[in-house]
Amino acid sequence: MIQALFQEKLQVLNVGLSSFADSIAMAGGSALQIEWAPPAQGQAEVGRDLARLINLSAVETANQTAFDAYQSAQPVLRGIGIAGQVIPNMADRMILHSGPPIAWRDMCGPMRGAIVGAILYEGWAENLAKAEAMASGGEIAFEPCHHHNAVGPMAGIISPSMPVWMVTNTINGNQAFSNFNEGLGKALRFGANGPDVITRLKWMGQVLAPALRTGVELLGGMDLKPMMAQALHMGDEVHNRNAAASSLFLKRFISALLKAHIPAADVSTVVEFIAGNDHFFLNLSMAACKAMLDSAHGVPGSSMVTAMARNGVEFGIRVSGTGNRWFTAEAPLVDGLFFPGYTTADAAPDLGDSAITETAGVGGFAMAASPAIVKFVGGTPQDAIDNTMTMTHITIGRNNAFTLPSLNFAGSPAGIDIRKVVDTGIQPIINTGIAHREAGIGQIGAGITRAPLACFTQAVSALANTIVDG
Amino acid sequence: MATAAKVLRNFYRDSVSLMQLSSTFAKLPGVEQASAVMASPNNIRLLRDAGLLTESVDASANDLLISLQGNAGALESALAAAESALKQPPSSSENGLSRGIPPRSIEMGLGNMVGANLVLISTPGEYAASEAFKALSLGLNVMLFSDNVELKDEIALKRFAQSRDLIVMGPDCGTAIINGIPLAFANVVRHGVIGVVGASGTGLQQVTCLADRWGGGISQAIGTGGHDLHRDVGGISMLQGLKALAADPSTSVIVLISKPPSPEVAGRVLEAAEGAGKPVVANFLGADPALVRRGNVFAATTLEDAAAAAVALAEGRNPDDAKPKCTPISIPSGLSPGQQYIRGLYSGGTFCYEATLLLKKELGQVFSNTPVDPGDRLHDVWTSRAHTVVDLGDDLFTRGRPHPMIDHRLRNERLIKEATDPETAVILLDVVLGHGSHADPAGEIVPVVQKARDLAGKAGRDLVIVGFVCGTAGDPQNLARQEMALREAGVILAESNAQAVRMATAVAVRAGAVGGRL
Repeated sequence: MIQALFQEKLQVLNVGLSSFADSIAMAGGSALQIEWAPPAQGQAEVGRDLARLINLSAVETANQTAFDAYQSAQPVLRGIGIAGQVIPNMADRMILHSGPPIAWRDMCGPMRGAIVGAILYEGWAENLAKAEAMASGGEIAFEPCHHHNAVGPMAGIISPSMPVWMVTNTINGNQAFSNFNEGLGKALRFGANGPDVITRLKWMGQVLAPALRTGVELLGGMDLKPMMAQALHMGDEVHNRNAAASSLFLKRFISALLKAHIPAADVSTVVEFIAGNDHFFLNLSMAACKAMLDSAHGVPGSSMVTAMARNGVEFGIRVSGTGNRWFTAEAPLVDGLFFPGYTTADAAPDLGDSAITETAGVGGFAMAASPAIVKFVGGTPQDAIDNTMTMTHITIGRNNAFTLPSLNFAGSPAGIDIRKVVDTGIQPIINTGIAHREAGIGQIGAGITRAPLACFTQAVSALANTIVDG
Repeated sequence: MATAAKVLRNFYRDSVSLMQLSSTFAKLPGVEQASAVMASPNNIRLLRDAGLLTESVDASANDLLISLQGNAGALESALAAAESALKQPPSSSENGLSRGIPPRSIEMGLGNMVGANLVLISTPGEYAASEAFKALSLGLNVMLFSDNVELKDEIALKRFAQSRDLIVMGPDCGTAIINGIPLAFANVVRHGVIGVVGASGTGLQQVTCLADRWGGGISQAIGTGGHDLHRDVGGISMLQGLKALAADPSTSVIVLISKPPSPEVAGRVLEAAEGAGKPVVANFLGADPALVRRGNVFAATTLEDAAAAAVALAEGRNPDDAKPKCTPISIPSGLSPGQQYIRGLYSGGTFCYEATLLLKKELGQVFSNTPVDPGDRLHDVWTSRAHTVVDLGDDLFTRGRPHPMIDHRLRNERLIKEATDPETAVILLDVVLGHGSHADPAGEIVPVVQKARDLAGKAGRDLVIVGFVCGTAGDPQNLARQEMALREAGVILAESNAQAVRMATAVAVRAGAVGGRL
């Protein structure tokens, strides 16, 4: 009853001329000014699609279903496999890469370098020139990791004989895969493909993978979610800082390794390798996030983002209710700090599947847990808290497994809602490394970037088209 | 390009801090590139490769190395500044939770104001319907001040609102008073028992201000927007407002204001009014009172009559005896023979329309940009002919400028133009006070009135300027002060638009008669 309004205290949200809010306040009323700007970057038609989706019961219900599936997921490290044998639909001459689909001719330098390296690693060609000719000659199929339940940081290259983490969400049985982290410096994921890189990859396949496989078997698997949660309490956000999580992994793993009847020299190199890489856990964190989010994917009507990924040229997102379609925009540059001797001019645009962590409510979304990270953009611990709190305005809920001490143990904001992103103009924040734009040089810095709004505006219209009025 | 380096022994900083410091040092005057690193052999090699380090340094991984590249003259002081920055204790940061950000959407605003029950929207028209739709979807009533909203959107919004028992006031709703709070362009009126529903913003302002002036008070004033009684909209908001006021125990008299609705909508509204269970005064500008009058429904032909009838009914008096009396006007003797026409320069659209109706009845043809009869359209809106009244708030005039209630320049220019026209006998003005309007309209008008009179005087003519102030003692501009300033400048003030029009008519009739004799 409109008459009910007459019995209440009038409380006004003012959208537009701020003097109207002032007048209401002057007359003793209550008004809150909205800092309004035309949504969807001023595209009125998208704005209409958005308006239709706001608080629509079909979307709200679908989001609850998707979010519950994400929230209840239990990612468990079940084993180590060979990509060509365990990753679904992985063909013989296929190489997986990060981000949305992209053709060889359009790929950025680091991705091309990494693909050439993978061809050499596979032994499909004997030198760089032949490998490049093979890649450009259409002899190899390139597909996104995400099309195969997989994720990979930076170039995200996975070729058939590479070892991969196998993570299972034990609640609904879906699997997720990721490659192994090679450490900092010259690495395939940054496009390096020299002999030392290939030698290390071989060692990872021949020594590291079997050792990890045996260890994980002896442990009977490893619950990843509690480990991530614990790392959040130890200053990681499990995207750009994995120091604590990598240590926790090694602590769990080392006793199994010692029982595994592996030659002592190998045990030593394996331990050294893991201990020497603060990002060792990153790929596990990513696979766990992928497993959680895939269980939320494919709910008709849901506006929850289930993947954000970059291929160094384009930034792409996928949304639960719009199937396997990607919504892409130009990959942004990263605002951050550079290693000595490098500047923004050397940086490749945003690259890698690692934004799966932000999509799952950790990484930049859990920055409050990791004040050390905010320094990459000259911020303070307060900024870290503010960044996390800002993300609460574009998410469906809080992940009650990922609690944040500095927010009185409130859950991390999770489940990005495309509607809220477009309506508020608040872009999802992403902590990320910065790759050199040329292949093989490696990481040159780290910082913060934001998912481009254009991805979300396209997704809003696409979702609106899936929902029939009624 | 020179380089300089400095080693700080046993001085540890983590790598992120160092990267941050490096970027700070690079901004020091005269510095091109800067680096602060722990002096491991690897880092030293990197610096040499980057050309940042040319001298030999004796340092280990436990030492911090600052190296700079830039103007030779600037490096020494830059190194000192860098070192002192490094040794400064970190600034203390705020504790506690987030500083928060201002709400950027209606939904976000609802998070900050959980009890919100109305959204006031004044965005550009192309976005306004979407914002209104969001508000309704979130269970909030809407006042849509924005104009240029398509009729099909208005219909969709109002039907959606109706299905959720919410109301959309507008689009193009300039005025409302809900629970005593003035919204958008509204006046500060006494609280009372008169509830108003109006399709016209200035109509609502006139009725509420006159009721206030004559001792009445307002319970609620609900705007519907100008198109609500269009056949295709069907008066949804007016019917909702009427129903709410009928059920409201604090309201004992209801006033309805609109241009004449389409016959079927009028039928529906009057039927609902008849069932309101309390007296209703209906002012359908230009409608035949006989078709309106029935049972508890009283017909008012002007906004002034509507206000007077409502005050009478609220006091238990007979509204038919409550016609306001017109103050007689003394016609100045200095009008020249050719001065015979009225020029009405309105900022309020409904005032202009009401004036046109009243003048036509007395004087025949009256030209306007918003004519009652299409044949009376003023084709060149910038030039008056014969009796002319213009709505300066019309899009034709306001394109690219603020509304004349806020910005008086356009009307002031026109006022001078009319004053120099030897055929102008009377200039007719409305002055609207209240929230949203100009902070001191009299201050804007008075100098121009003086100039206009001077110009006419120099040409040997007298000039009559008649006006009225739509406002209250409680308005921020203060009614009494505004009226005093205008009177002192020689503006003849009436209490209402209708009275001002009658005064102007009296002058024009007399002038015309005199002119006719000559």
